[in-house]
Amino acid sequence: MLLDVKNLSTEFYVKRGIVKAVNDVSFNVDKGEILAIVGESGSGKSVTSLSVMGLVRDPGKVTKGEILFNGEDLKTKSQKEMRKIRGDKISMIFQEPMTSLNPVQRIGDQLCESILTHTDMNKKQALERAIEMLRVVGIPSPEQRVKDYPHQMSGGMRQRVMIAMGLCCDPELLIADEPTTALDVTIQAQILDLIKRLRDDIGMAVILITHDLGVVAETADRVVVMYCGRVVEQADVKSLFKKPMHPYTKGLIESIPRLNEDRERLFMIKGMVPDPTRLPKGCLFADRCENCMEKCKEKLPALTEVPGEEGRKVRCFLYSDEVEADE
Amino acid sequence: MEEREVLLEVQGLTKHFVVDRSFFGRPTSVLKAVDDVSFKIYKGEALGLVGESGCGKSTIGKMLVNLYTPTSGKIFYNGVELTSLNKKQRRQYCKDIQLIFQDPYSSLNPRMTIGDIIAEPLIVNKVVPKSEVENRVNYLLNCVGLANHQRNRYAHEFSGGQRQRVGIARALAVNPKLIVCDEPVSALDVSIQAQVLNLLDDLKDEFGLTYLFIAHGLNVVKHISDRVGVMYLGKIMEIAEKNELYQNPMNPYTRALLSAIPSVDVENKTERIILEGDVPTPINPPAGCRFCSRCFMKTEGCDKYESILKDQGNGHLVACKLYDND
Repeated sequence: MLLDVKNLSTEFYVKRGIVKAVNDVSFNVDKGEILAIVGESGSGKSVTSLSVMGLVRDPGKVTKGEILFNGEDLKTKSQKEMRKIRGDKISMIFQEPMTSLNPVQRIGDQLCESILTHTDMNKKQALERAIEMLRVVGIPSPEQRVKDYPHQMSGGMRQRVMIAMGLCCDPELLIADEPTTALDVTIQAQILDLIKRLRDDIGMAVILITHDLGVVAETADRVVVMYCGRVVEQADVKSLFKKPMHPYTKGLIESIPRLNEDRERLFMIKGMVPDPTRLPKGCLFADRCENCMEKCKEKLPALTEVPGEEGRKVRCFLYSDEVEADE
Repeated sequence: MEEREVLLEVQGLTKHFVVDRSFFGRPTSVLKAVDDVSFKIYKGEALGLVGESGCGKSTIGKMLVNLYTPTSGKIFYNGVELTSLNKKQRRQYCKDIQLIFQDPYSSLNPRMTIGDIIAEPLIVNKVVPKSEVENRVNYLLNCVGLANHQRNRYAHEFSGGQRQRVGIARALAVNPKLIVCDEPVSALDVSIQAQVLNLLDDLKDEFGLTYLFIAHGLNVVKHISDRVGVMYLGKIMEIAEKNELYQNPMNPYTRALLSAIPSVDVENKTERIILEGDVPTPINPPAGCRFCSRCFMKTEGCDKYESILKDQGNGHLVACKLYDND
């Protein structure tokens, strides 16, 4: 097991109160596995990844839990030690390729920076490595392209540069936070194909954070569905799409417009995500749920194993009566 | 096919932006955002317009609502050419065609209450007498699924989906005939997307609207449209009835676009067509077929010879050399 996150909680202290952005979240990633974390805006998926990277800043704080990477707890590491791990063992690519690259530095220099920091290569070797990485991610004529500034490239190319930068030091784990959201569909297909190929070629593990279930179905091996900071369902990709259990997952899958069937109306989940500072008592999804029962409004169901299906967990009273302990 | 009433027709619509001029003011580099595009929108239908960023789909929308002046080409509304309209008729036209914007965050004035935002077009265009404005605003709010008491709130108090509803109510305020929806759901979460799409569908029947629905994903358009046009670099590559287009895509670009949509069907995965490279810049686009630099079915002559839209039967128009028989 490469990464094992146990009972992670991250809170933000804002004027209106405490936002429990990530609440008691556990998951793990094996070597060479693509794990998708799915959820809508405000579900805590991005904060989860920032917590793993140790990048949560004031007013936020990781309050609880362990983040075991290769058996070592990242939470106990100092900033200096974390800086060694980030970009080397674990690297992250961000959603917006437009804003995550330095606009006044040539992309070659930006790529070399992380290579020079984490390895003992000299400048010439680092540049060669940068060119090689650009070639891996499919940028044509990389020898010339290293001299370009970010504004000279298209969105898809910039995202590739971001990926190349993430891959420079052969990370064991790549965290991709909505890597294709800002891109067109044909470019998205290219990038997803690239991530899958890199996983196959160099055996890197990937945490793919996205709100697009289509992307999940195409790319991931296992899926964690989050809602309001909590994990509501966890399963391997085939069983999740074949038989979604949690009403929220069902609703999400149903509400995607599909190409191969004709429906008069799209299925929709009524209402909207509750205010994070004033989360309702009981099950967080109760207000929007079609199968809501009396006790759903009173108690929060626990995330329980589904009998007969290994590695599958769901948080819903439809499947188990167990109540979350800390409520 | 039965004869349908054409509400809006564009012929040879072109929009060029001059990017750079020579010392003497002659244009040296021209961005051809929309290049010689023609299509019809029938009364009561929803025409989807799909394409990647930079293909000119939003520029078309903006030309229809008069935010851009076309470089050349004609727009006919109810059979009358736009430039021949006098001031009064033009005002009516502007009322008849409304736009819903992509970004619900920047398209609402943060200093106005949503009641005022919706009331403004009512007052400016004198749609209803002053005494009626309040009732009308309440009615519009109810139409889009918001409550009356929310009218005194400001835009920042609403979520993305609710803001988009306000944008829809504002567009509906002046009793339009045609609404240009410029990517109305692409900034929204999946569960909210479905709500807004269903709302647009309901309003279409209720108010007898016609839509030009612009989006970059073929799956969103599929649900709401009757006919779909596919654009690439300022040109329409293919336009057909919805089911015809999705079941029998002819242009290689349409096929690639369809296959690039990630499918939630994990059981039967189809082989995907992955296009190489990026969309070329629309500044001085390639000669010949616009798509030929990325086309996987390119044959000899594609880079020299430009196909025009030809009817392949059933109103299925395709611009591709593969289907040129002569």
